[in-house]
Amino acid sequence: MDLAELLNSLSETSGVSGYETMAADLIAERWLPMADEIRRDALGNVIALKKGKGHGKLLLAAHIDEIGLMVKKIDENGFIRFATVGGFDFRTLVAQEVTIHGKEDLRGVIGAKPPHLQSPNDQKKAYPKDEFYIDVGLKREKVDELVRIGDIITINRQVQKLAGQRYAGKSFDDRACVVMLTACFERLTQINHNLDVYLVATVQEEVGTRGALVSSYGINPDLAVAVDVCHGEFPGVRSDKGFILGKGPVISMGPDTHPRILDKLKEVADEGKIPYQLDASTSARGTDAWAIQIARSGVACSLLSLPLRYMHTSVETLDLGDIKEGGRLLAEFALKADRQFVEGLPCF
Amino acid sequence: MFLKELSEARGVSSREQEVRDLIREYIKPHVDEVFTDSLGNLYGVKGKEKKGPKVMLAAHMDEVGLMITSIEKNGLLRFLPVGGIDPRVLVSKPVFIGKEKVAGVIGAKAIHLQKPEERTQVLGFDDLYIDIGASDEDEAKKLVKIGDVATFTTVFGKLGDLCVGKAFDDRAGCTALVELTKLEFNCPVYFVFTVQEEVGLRGAGPAAYRVNPDFCLVLEGTTASDVAGTDEEGYSTTLGEGPAVSVMDRSVIAHPKVVGRLFRLAEENGIPLQNKRTITGGTDAGVIALSREGVPTATVAVPCRYIHSPVTVMNQSDLEHMIKLTELFVHDIAEKGVEN
Repeated sequence: MDLAELLNSLSETSGVSGYETMAADLIAERWLPMADEIRRDALGNVIALKKGKGHGKLLLAAHIDEIGLMVKKIDENGFIRFATVGGFDFRTLVAQEVTIHGKEDLRGVIGAKPPHLQSPNDQKKAYPKDEFYIDVGLKREKVDELVRIGDIITINRQVQKLAGQRYAGKSFDDRACVVMLTACFERLTQINHNLDVYLVATVQEEVGTRGALVSSYGINPDLAVAVDVCHGEFPGVRSDKGFILGKGPVISMGPDTHPRILDKLKEVADEGKIPYQLDASTSARGTDAWAIQIARSGVACSLLSLPLRYMHTSVETLDLGDIKEGGRLLAEFALKADRQFVEGLPCF
Repeated sequence: MFLKELSEARGVSSREQEVRDLIREYIKPHVDEVFTDSLGNLYGVKGKEKKGPKVMLAAHMDEVGLMITSIEKNGLLRFLPVGGIDPRVLVSKPVFIGKEKVAGVIGAKAIHLQKPEERTQVLGFDDLYIDIGASDEDEAKKLVKIGDVATFTTVFGKLGDLCVGKAFDDRAGCTALVELTKLEFNCPVYFVFTVQEEVGLRGAGPAAYRVNPDFCLVLEGTTASDVAGTDEEGYSTTLGEGPAVSVMDRSVIAHPKVVGRLFRLAEENGIPLQNKRTITGGTDAGVIALSREGVPTATVAVPCRYIHSPVTVMNQSDLEHMIKLTELFVHDIAEKGVEN
């Protein structure tokens, strides 16, 4: 499968938390030919099963939702005020193009008070949140006809191909990891793996890991790997919090990681000569791993991460090589972890 | 009209080649003579032998942009603005660098890693980098070099009843000028596409000296703030209410007779025309008016929201009205002279 093409398509598709249908449809379509079973649950999670030798149920989860905006108010001149869905740095929204998913898709730009109307002192500060609005170039009456309070807004951004295997775009958090699951999926169709693998594109992670919560209940797995992005190194980012793009996926060592899954991941990576980095995180991060770990009576869980620069901006930057290596690592894990390993997980 | 093509063409001040080449192709069939000077200004001449006042029409080809000033060990690029760019519009935007259009992005530290007080601070030129995906200095140097310039990547398009694109300041003026070359006038007309306006009106002065016109009109894109959160007195100009005449800005006091004539012609012909209601900024008119012994000069401009940002917004009807008004004006001058 052309992973770069999939990354492009997924990134440019809209799917804000709670409104993931378009992105979820796209991935369901790509997974369908490879799956033994595929279904959607009540919240919209896409759940595919790739049967192995039945040594245990492995859940692999990456979230399909993205952060976005929502129409809050239309003012008397037709300018649109908005709320955020998920965590935005408003400084990244100035002069940004957006699509408003009203009765029809409308192109808009985010404006803010022009500098010449600001005092010299205000020009030295970031724009206050309440000064942001969207300009759709239409009169109030027309906007009223096409747009309603609560309509979803996505950032309008085409993927940029950078040097080497690097790409920049929106919603790589966490669609890049959905691509990683897909790379794993493809590999699983070529090998006789021990574990039955449930691949899940989860919904509503950005508003509180909600899709992972219900899908892990539904699947009731023996073990799980949540796959999400971590921060890429960048000036101003602590070196222990920023991982190097292109040096492989990052295995988390935090409290959301079962110690034996951690060891096994490192072992299969070493055997398969798969590069990886280690993240000594001292607390469970707000990823799907959190929700999965505490589903039902508890799931042996771990977190695999993809280094990503500029997280939650529209120019998130990654290295495709990390996605490929991560996919390989997950498939090797499903191949090599066996019944004995799975049955030993509750024994501390 | 070539607004889309000219908006998407890249021409940061002193690197106007791509825009110049396009315009040269567009105007060649319509003018008697095309030439350039040593600064890079492009001239189209029509009716040189005709009697009547010599009219110069000017628009600047250059746009604001960024210049690569250093390539860091980690492969990131430092940059500075060419012309006036508020760094607040740069965060989280893609750019194209150099002739080869190398793609880059201007990122920012993730919100998760910021202290709350950081979020109210401006990310300035000291904090921002362009990331071209190079993993180190050597890889970056294969793709870009210090001194390369970068532009926004905005694709021109409709925005409701309006349109959006980059560099309408002053590709709107360039578009108007190209359209005007197609018309016939009863006086000599010099169509001048100037360079380096954004870095201190450098191209227009020498061009005016060379042409030595009896009269000059500068066609521009100018600030409009008819947007949410602004009181009407701060609008400066309003989209859809016609082109705007500057009576005075930082660079020039427009010739009162010229301003009066513009408004009279607009009224007689039912063309909307507005005053620019702020006195900030400057245009090529400032240096043209002071050329040699002085030239009666005025600026007419298309109102543009979010000027000098990646997403300039304008109303195409204002551009059409600016073209029509300029046409009438040149005819009027050819017929009645400069003094009338």
